[in-house]
Amino acid sequence: MHPAPSVIIFTVLSGLGFGLMFFLCLGVIRPLGLDALLMWGLAYGLALAGLVASTFHLGRPMRALRAFTQWRSSWLSREAWASAATLLMAAPLALAAILGGALPAVFGIVTALLCLATVLATSMIYTQIRAVPRWNHWTTPAQFFGFALTGGAILSGQNAAGAQLCVLLAGVIWLAWTIGDGRFAAHGATLKSATGLGGAGSLRQFAPPHTGSNYLLREMIHVVGRKHARRLRALALVCAAVLPAAMLLVLPAALPTTIAVAAIHVTGAFAARWLFFAEAEHVVGLYYGQRQLAATS
Amino acid sequence: MTQLPARTEKKLGLVIDLDTCVGCHACVTACKGWNDANYGAPLSDQDAYGADPSGTFLNRVHSYEVQPGDAAAQIINFPRSCLHCEDAPCVTVCPTGASYKRSQDGIVLVNEDACIGCGLCAWACPYGARELDRAAGVMKKCTLCVDRIYNDNLPEADREPACVRTCPTHARHFGDLGDPDSDVSKLVAARGGYDLMPEQGTRPTNKYLPPRPKDRPAEISVLAPLLDVKATGLAGWLDRILEKL
Repeated sequence: MHPAPSVIIFTVLSGLGFGLMFFLCLGVIRPLGLDALLMWGLAYGLALAGLVASTFHLGRPMRALRAFTQWRSSWLSREAWASAATLLMAAPLALAAILGGALPAVFGIVTALLCLATVLATSMIYTQIRAVPRWNHWTTPAQFFGFALTGGAILSGQNAAGAQLCVLLAGVIWLAWTIGDGRFAAHGATLKSATGLGGAGSLRQFAPPHTGSNYLLREMIHVVGRKHARRLRALALVCAAVLPAAMLLVLPAALPTTIAVAAIHVTGAFAARWLFFAEAEHVVGLYYGQRQLAATS
Repeated sequence: MTQLPARTEKKLGLVIDLDTCVGCHACVTACKGWNDANYGAPLSDQDAYGADPSGTFLNRVHSYEVQPGDAAAQIINFPRSCLHCEDAPCVTVCPTGASYKRSQDGIVLVNEDACIGCGLCAWACPYGARELDRAAGVMKKCTLCVDRIYNDNLPEADREPACVRTCPTHARHFGDLGDPDSDVSKLVAARGGYDLMPEQGTRPTNKYLPPRPKDRPAEISVLAPLLDVKATGLAGWLDRILEKL
């Protein structure tokens, strides 16, 4: 799949924002006054920046509000509702923290759950797609939750919890890669099942249907950069989880630590999310001769 | 509404005969021609006469080589377009309700006025049947020529999809696959029509007819008896002597 910058920015930043908001809503950290303005402002800023970035992916962004209509069947529509509801519900909590005041604890818990629901809806947009076997697996929501909670814990300055979540995240992304590499073969789609041709013999693409490029090749049959996948995986794992875990355990809990760890973690998160798209193979590639070697052998 | 209808009155679709398709791309051209000017946003091209031409098409013809273990290789031309699936994943993922399946005839369509061009339906389709138009910013797909098949202004012979109407080898057939007595259903039953990527669980309406088994050349050439020359006379005597040595 084409790793479009708009979608990578959207999923990374809004995940971070809702992850931070989850801990703020739960009251795990309770900033007050100016601190609260900065922390809640950061959470809102990240979530909104992500949502705005997502509209750059649209062919007709002026009609984006229509995406609220199909919540009964569409995860993208549910994501729109969940994010809007979370941002509205969190506003009184943010104002109470900034201006001073208290709200019932249950209000915070409900809003925290809404934060998680938003992350789940975002991840389900990808998980539901059967035509991309790597995504169509429980490891996709696991990765999205892993990044949102780890990023949220780091940004909220919880060093111990952050380090534990980093270790968990490392396990989740390693599992996602390991299982993901076998997903296409496990799914069973081949050029033979795609065309119904070949029988007991072999089958290969003889001539492509068009000599130029098209939307399918640009959007779903993206192969650029897979040769660096190994190095990027190492970079993503080290930056997103291993290095932050070590730093959170060794360095003292202070603002400079949080900023440094967050910067490294976010770099790793972007690398991992780029791979999430670039390494995902769509079954339509079979028609264009992708995975030909696997199909004929 | 992006929920799929529980059932459709008809299941209009195509039956594509891979035995008779010669790969001429006339269906591609006819489709592009009709959909350049009629239903919805025209299918656009970018840099059409330049170094890197690209455009939106609703139908593409691939060519594959089948190599049986014990016979000559065969080239199969393979037209690929929307299969108007009964469990169309492109419909349910749509956040705006622009993508829908009609309950009266089962045609999967895009309401281009409601499409935000997010591309999620194209991701959801395993068959690559949808292409986002770069000029219009909305999703384009096969309409089964919904503006031809019910069009009273056209002569009756023309009330079928442009690709079917134009096919010079009658490799494309149009009809109601929900009616077991329709010509297309009988054709599918007689020729063993099949679904593409059944493992995706999309239950396509369109069916493909497999290539018929090819004749095999006889093991021995028809000229073989003529080559079996028996020597007579002196040559025959020499032949027998030399054989004994």
